[in-house]
Amino acid sequence: MNLYTRRRVINVINLSLSVFMTAFGLFWLVWLMWTLFSNGFQWLGPEIFTKNTPPPGSAGGLANAIMGSLIITGVATLIGTPVGVLVGTYLAEFGRFSRIAAAVRFVNDVLLSAPSIIIGVFIYEVFVVTTGHFSGWAGALALSLIIIPVVTRTTEDMMRLVPDSLREAAAALGAARWKVVSSIVYRASMTGILTGVLLGFARISGETAPLLFTALNNQFWSTDMSHPMPNLPVVIFQFAMSPYEDWHHLAWAGALLITLSVLALNIVARTVLRPRRIER
Amino acid sequence: MSAPSHLENNGLREHRLDRQPTANLLGTDAGRGKLADALFRNATRTFAFLLLAVVTTILASLYFGGLPALKKFGLGFLVSTQWNPVTEQFGALVAIFGTLVTSAIAMLIGVPVSFGIALFVTELSPRWLKRPIATAIELLAAIPSIIYGMWGLFVFAPLFADNVQPWVSDNLGDLPWVGMLFQGPPMGIGMFTAGLILAIMVIPFISSVMRDVFEVVPTMLKESAYGLGATTWEVVRHVVLPYTKVGVIGGIMLGLGRALGETMAVTFVIGNAHEINASLFMPGNTISSTLANEFTEAVGDMYTSSLIALGLILFVITFLVLAMAKLLLMRLTAKEGRRT
Repeated sequence: MNLYTRRRVINVINLSLSVFMTAFGLFWLVWLMWTLFSNGFQWLGPEIFTKNTPPPGSAGGLANAIMGSLIITGVATLIGTPVGVLVGTYLAEFGRFSRIAAAVRFVNDVLLSAPSIIIGVFIYEVFVVTTGHFSGWAGALALSLIIIPVVTRTTEDMMRLVPDSLREAAAALGAARWKVVSSIVYRASMTGILTGVLLGFARISGETAPLLFTALNNQFWSTDMSHPMPNLPVVIFQFAMSPYEDWHHLAWAGALLITLSVLALNIVARTVLRPRRIER
Repeated sequence: MSAPSHLENNGLREHRLDRQPTANLLGTDAGRGKLADALFRNATRTFAFLLLAVVTTILASLYFGGLPALKKFGLGFLVSTQWNPVTEQFGALVAIFGTLVTSAIAMLIGVPVSFGIALFVTELSPRWLKRPIATAIELLAAIPSIIYGMWGLFVFAPLFADNVQPWVSDNLGDLPWVGMLFQGPPMGIGMFTAGLILAIMVIPFISSVMRDVFEVVPTMLKESAYGLGATTWEVVRHVVLPYTKVGVIGGIMLGLGRALGETMAVTFVIGNAHEINASLFMPGNTISSTLANEFTEAVGDMYTSSLIALGLILFVITFLVLAMAKLLLMRLTAKEGRRT
């Protein structure tokens, strides 16, 4: 085989491998979705949304778990969004190139990549132990610590995409700094920040590990955040690990439900809200 | 690089050197709104400090929570394989071993696949196919980890145990040296299954960083190589990869950080056995799965404290990996700044 042929052959082999790897990656996505639909779809009836989690052996649904999850993730997002936006604003507008901003940025990345179970252990130590019991608040706090770095990161990135000439133009018209930020910069970066919040919300709605030792779980309908609260991820975990056939069915239905909502949120955030690229 | 997602530019903090700080220009705006300005500025700064304080508190609480165990067992905690709640003898080695082995498997499988995907999307794919494929791969990252766990335990493990494991054990199990990696009963669950699932979970993270850095290679460089008669593979191997190697390694580190800390998927399929086995088909334990399984049930202060100490070790490991990844990526962006 001469050199030319050999180079061509190597090229073809490696490029085919690349196509194969892409197919390999997509294969798992298809298999996962197929599993979820074939195992979960048949159990996804109206009673899932109207009945509470049952004791083993009797019929029931996931109503309390869905409600609890919505409350916990909702509260976490409500806590996390303003904090994240403010920190992001500091980084993009006031801190910028200062050492403190660099430190905050690094710490934010540490939090972003911290294993979520560590966050659970932390909240357990400082909140659950102090208050003396597991509670919905503890779960919401844990999840808010996970969404804060996501929102901070996107807010800063999006605000820094706003050209400085816009800020200078507003300042030249006599606008104070807070006015410039709130009515120029926030408005220009609104869709981007909203995308970040949505993606963060999607991420925390599937998080299980930080809820294990914070919100715990509850078999009954409960909207009292100062007590252990039912929530979908932990219910799925407990039901899937149980030996009962009908609990498995509920777990699959819950798994399908949670995946579909997370994927829908992701697709909406990526397509509908995707801000047009700012040409530089 | 205006991607909105936290995922797409995870760790690729851009240091835009082309922008000058404008704080002075705008900050000296006198007259009305001065009070509001000060309030606004201080509010944002307060929350920035709060974030610093929270992360410091996390580290401190893990340290003080784990202190009793660290005091009692000393450095031996790191190298002891004991894990006995009854006699209150604890050591971290089994969990550390499991964490490192599963993450290593994840990297061995995940890195080549991510590279292949990034190569396909940046160099081979027709234009209209790029976004759909990139989005589909990124959806892998959006699927909650508990779903991976259920799928692994109920769907993948039985199939793997029935169809793949016996064949592998029969054919590779008797080889010298490598053989012992593949021995043991075909249970489906174990270190290898956990590593494979971790690989699938980190592929979107690594491949999206690789894609991002591959796209910053100047077209002129690539076209010069093509003009000299290089094949596509040669362009990737000798132009794209050398140009982006720092970024690629940074991306791999970020994926590694993910794999080390992943909890739920691993907890489902690892088998939860406090033992070290040479075989990848045997069950084991990782730091995060030990925490998930035992934390709420831990009775006794020493037990809880040992678990928290495990958490501290995990936090420190992921912190070091992240710090290294950031350093590498910063070197890449600094180089970019010089070029322009």
